[in-house]
Amino acid sequence: MSQIKVNSLASVASARSSETSSQGVGLEARSIHAWFGQKHVLSDISLDFYSGTVTALIGPSGCGKSTFIRILNRMHEFIPTAAMAGEVLLDGKDIYRSGVDVTKIRLGIGMVFQKPNPFPSMTIKENVLSGLKLAQIKINNSDELLEDCLVRAGLWSEVKDRLDQYGGTLSGGQQQRLCIARSLAVKPQVLLMDEPCSALDPGSTLRIEETIRELSETMTIVIVTHNMQQAARVSDYTGFFLSDGGPGQLIESAPTSQIFSNPKDKRTEDYVTGRFG
Amino acid sequence: MSTLIGNKPQQPLPDGASIPKPIKPWKPTPKQLLPDLLGAITAVVASLIVVAVTPLAGALGLIATFIAVSIVVASTISWIRQDRKAAANSVSTIIIYFLAAFVLLPVVSIIFEIIRKGAPGLSLGIFFNDMSVTSSDAPLNEGGLLHALVGSLYVVALATVVSIPIGLLTALYLTEVNGKAAGVVRFFVQAMSGVPSIVAGLFIYAVWMISFGGTYTTAAGSMALAILMIPTIARTAEEVLKLIPTDLREAGLALGATQWKTVALVVIPAARSGLITAVILGVARVAGETAPLLLTIGGNDAMNWNPFSGNNSALPFYIWKNFGLGTETAIARAWTGIFVLMVVVMIFFTLTRLLGNKKG
Repeated sequence: MSQIKVNSLASVASARSSETSSQGVGLEARSIHAWFGQKHVLSDISLDFYSGTVTALIGPSGCGKSTFIRILNRMHEFIPTAAMAGEVLLDGKDIYRSGVDVTKIRLGIGMVFQKPNPFPSMTIKENVLSGLKLAQIKINNSDELLEDCLVRAGLWSEVKDRLDQYGGTLSGGQQQRLCIARSLAVKPQVLLMDEPCSALDPGSTLRIEETIRELSETMTIVIVTHNMQQAARVSDYTGFFLSDGGPGQLIESAPTSQIFSNPKDKRTEDYVTGRFG
Repeated sequence: MSTLIGNKPQQPLPDGASIPKPIKPWKPTPKQLLPDLLGAITAVVASLIVVAVTPLAGALGLIATFIAVSIVVASTISWIRQDRKAAANSVSTIIIYFLAAFVLLPVVSIIFEIIRKGAPGLSLGIFFNDMSVTSSDAPLNEGGLLHALVGSLYVVALATVVSIPIGLLTALYLTEVNGKAAGVVRFFVQAMSGVPSIVAGLFIYAVWMISFGGTYTTAAGSMALAILMIPTIARTAEEVLKLIPTDLREAGLALGATQWKTVALVVIPAARSGLITAVILGVARVAGETAPLLLTIGGNDAMNWNPFSGNNSALPFYIWKNFGLGTETAIARAWTGIFVLMVVVMIFFTLTRLLGNKKG
């Protein structure tokens, strides 16, 4: 049974890998540790994210995937007890170096959250362009950008006649694509997605996966997912996180096809074949 | 058996590396704060020099110069170290600091003044004596404010006992029941919260003394305070209950619970801390009220342990009366009364918070 499942996931994954080519390292995590108070939650994570690729982070709940992804764009520090060690390099420069403008970092490393969160007081159009307003970026051709972002997020054809309606009137899947369009408008280099499809139906999930594939041509994407098929379908590289009761560790990271067909670690194999987790 | 739990071997890190120290790179280090400290010192020295060599004089001149110099120094430092945006950030930060200082100044000076003028009259004796045999110009070590303290506790406690159920039930009616009369009730609650305190006193005076021929009692004073307290509690509790997500109510109802059980076992516990705040705000509204008490409790220099019969005093009443007497010692007693009132209210709020935050 499990062998069949591994093979089917692996074939999906290899089909995906052959299409893409990496364009150098976009974002690098170097020996990342994280703590909440005295609790050590992540231990020594080093992982490179290549430009123009999608990296999936998989692993059971509570192994620190979300903490890790929040460290990548400096959202970790909003939790008062949080502490960390290590470096995150964007274009070779540590985003935690002193004197860095943290708002510029987050402008360059966007984030899509688990639950769709369009701003309720804004229309669809205002939602997409909200990043520009919030970051005080002035542009001339806002209508062009609006269309471009919505097209890339795979939402344009569904909303082009109702741009002045409120974001809350859309369905869950459409709201999540609106949130993706919103994060695209400020032209980030990297897009972090924390289980973006876990609250959505399969149809919406498929649309968002297509969106991720298209976006990956121009940017670095990191996606946390609990859905193994999703990791196999959309990602070029996969990192497997696990916690043995202590801090979460990166057990294995490799091209996705390898993780699903020929994992080096027994624990990875057990997890991707559904034997635990 | 229990040794098996939480005793798993730590996996060795690769290359024999050890676990680094947890840091918070987003917090400025002491070294990074050094320029700011030097900047602050520069600003102090520079403003002292400016005031010394120019016609600007006095505390006002010094403060104005200090604000201006601080803004210039801080923005220059930020501009040199980072960029224009950081400089703008520094300017706003400095302005906010000074505005905060201006807000704190009156509060701190009030507290300081109360301690300075109230402390001389403080002694253990004031908590065991009343003023029944002490004249207004007797030395401070004679007499005391026990009668006023007890009166105050009585009048506030009775008002609270009456107001909490009425206030909370009103809030529950507005949010949970949301019946046909909710609009009308909400309108009256809002109108009541705007009632001047002396009107509440007059109302009780008119109803209790004139219509029913009653006399001054502690209970009459509590009724006047309850009129002020109920709308405060009801409005705050309503806002707090509105914040409880509908999901929680639905989860309770979906387990087959009645609306009453859901409210009592799910909604109210979830809103507990906010409801306690509502009660504290209600007590704070009335603890220092003087005007309604003048018309209802009648005043007394001796102890009255019976809240339902006879005149009584209260701390605000005691303060008002002693200021009115005008002798040096009476005014000192009034300040001591203010000090005691402040401390009693503070102790009460702290206890309420502690008890309210305790789980289970």
